[in-house]
Amino acid sequence: MGQKITIDPVTRVEGHGKVTLYVNNDGSIEQARFHIVEFRGFERFVQGRPYWEMPVLVQRLCGICPVSHHLAAAKAIDVIVGAGMGDELPPTAEKMRRLMHYGQIFQSHALHFFFLASPDLLFGIDAEPAKRNVLFLAQENRDLAHRAILMRKFGQEIILATAGKKIHGTGAIPGGINKHLSLEEKDKFLKGEFPLNIDTMIQWSLETLDFFHHYEEQHKDFIQSFVSFPSNYLSLIRSDGALDLYHGVLRAVDPNGNKILPDVDYHEYYKYIEEEVRSWSYMKFPYIKTLGQELGWYTVGPLARMNTADFIDTPLAQKEFELFRAVHKGKPCHHVMHTHWARLIEILHAAEKIKVLLEDPDILAGELFRQGNKQFEGIGLIEAPRGTLFHHYKINENDQIIQANLIVSTTNNNQAMNNAVLQVAQRTFKGQKKVTESMTNAIEVAIRAYDPCLSCATHALGQMPLVIEIVNT
Amino acid sequence: MAEVVRFFIDGKECMAKNGDYLLQAAKENGIYIPTLCHYDGLKPKGSCRVCTCKVNGRLMTACTTPIAEGMMIESNTLEIEEMRKSIIELFFVDGNHFCPTCEKSGYCELQALAYRYRITAPRYPFLFPLKRVVADYAKIIIDHNRCVLCKRCVRAIKDEMGKSFFAYRRRGQNIEVILDKRMSDRMSFEIALEAENICPVGAIMAKRTAFTTPIGYRKFDKITIGSDIEKIKTK
Repeated sequence: MGQKITIDPVTRVEGHGKVTLYVNNDGSIEQARFHIVEFRGFERFVQGRPYWEMPVLVQRLCGICPVSHHLAAAKAIDVIVGAGMGDELPPTAEKMRRLMHYGQIFQSHALHFFFLASPDLLFGIDAEPAKRNVLFLAQENRDLAHRAILMRKFGQEIILATAGKKIHGTGAIPGGINKHLSLEEKDKFLKGEFPLNIDTMIQWSLETLDFFHHYEEQHKDFIQSFVSFPSNYLSLIRSDGALDLYHGVLRAVDPNGNKILPDVDYHEYYKYIEEEVRSWSYMKFPYIKTLGQELGWYTVGPLARMNTADFIDTPLAQKEFELFRAVHKGKPCHHVMHTHWARLIEILHAAEKIKVLLEDPDILAGELFRQGNKQFEGIGLIEAPRGTLFHHYKINENDQIIQANLIVSTTNNNQAMNNAVLQVAQRTFKGQKKVTESMTNAIEVAIRAYDPCLSCATHALGQMPLVIEIVNT
Repeated sequence: MAEVVRFFIDGKECMAKNGDYLLQAAKENGIYIPTLCHYDGLKPKGSCRVCTCKVNGRLMTACTTPIAEGMMIESNTLEIEEMRKSIIELFFVDGNHFCPTCEKSGYCELQALAYRYRITAPRYPFLFPLKRVVADYAKIIIDHNRCVLCKRCVRAIKDEMGKSFFAYRRRGQNIEVILDKRMSDRMSFEIALEAENICPVGAIMAKRTAFTTPIGYRKFDKITIGSDIEKIKTK
């Protein structure tokens, strides 16, 4: 006799999806699937629109990390307007865009860690659902919640100053940027009143890392064995091997750290990456062509970036990165819960980068944008908070988009999330006769570690919460 | 010397030259009457109806009504304002106006009027008509999704011989603005920008110039539409 259990809604992920588990009578898992049940639309309805609308139009995919879409589209359109292949923008333009991007990384990671993930860490997977949220966090740990809000605010203020709005700005334009930072804005971020200044943000980022280490000491088993499986990892990387969230070459490593995509030009991503469509999800399954559909899937995001990078070019984050790599003996880390650690290293890195950029005179003056000979195709990649984001456009002679392909960070993580769901379900449900709320939350915790943005991944319209469906077979 | 006449708008005594159109006369007296189709220096058209006022008890378009001695005009009344809001809302549902991604945002007079009248959503159902985007001109794009058929472009954008670049074609609900193909080939970038600027919405856009003004510095980021007129000190 089959049993169907639906949990509706499931919170603390961006967007809407569904998990289906096929459970045998002995409690073993026959099959686990993470479905995205919305349809894609953007790639179709941008067709016919003028190419210069893309950075502003496609960012409407998302309200959490619109800056990533804004900048990835802008990078693709830079190619179309003949402004080079990503590293030939005026210095002011590139630095302002980077400042915007690091502000975005900082706020998005802070949002995820404090608002979405920390209730699971602080109160436990088994805690009452009513307690596993940021409001209870605010009651129980006022200082942490206070910092969470202010760190997010700081990142949002950086975005406001560079893009014109905290959400859905217009800063990046084809071939550059549309504004300088004002002296007042620069001084506010550098020397503003406590706590909204960059030195406090760096200090708080360090203290958040301490918080995580302290937590891991007490919950080593959970962090290191809750969900862990070998994966390929992919990210952009600076040409010298440094972590670079804005621009670089494409690198992928196998579970042992061997390069399977050896720093290739991302403008030729289509030679290396293919997307598979499966009938039960609107989210595609990308894979590395040479490895095939079965073995070529990969993970992107903070954990992937820590696994692909050779070093980080900011001192405090580099120190933490060395510790991260030492713990894993120089090999890729497969502990999915260490994604939180990687995310916190990136928060620190973003804060350090923001400080360097704020001290750079180029952001106050200089050429804002440049254009050259028109091209008919443009590809832009960026490391969004959740991972590598691909934007690819083709235009006609009338400047209208005729084809668009967006491979969103969460899409890249599709197979990895499915694997995480399967592993957690196999362990959690084994031998259990009754399905409890904490068992289904365990699955959500695994998904949540990837910080998935399902509306981005499917370009969804409307609202539909994540649904978990368990089917006894 | 032109004869000066006395008239009243919402009870306020105003003075203007006899025969001036009400819209202009009101402006000179520091009273803003909204419009989409009128543009200073162009012959009045009266097509958008947004400037409708009650003149001596009758509904008239302010841009086409000459002022006369003793006229009693109702403009900023609940009845008239509500009717104007209704007309503005009809423009929104009759086209496809997606302000969030429109490069005219911050400069669009239709959007600015919606902000002035605090319209958050139209009371009428969206029609979502299928409209064309015509991009095969060298310097401009015409996005019919946004056109409000004000005819400003037809009336204002002309070559040195006085010939219009733009024209209407078809009739009734199928009417649309077109750009003469041969004239478009010799349209300068300056003329393209002029056409973009005279369009009250984002229907005519010069190519490859979008979003260069940061948010916060665009025309209607700084002022509410009409507030500059309302600041004019009257005698």
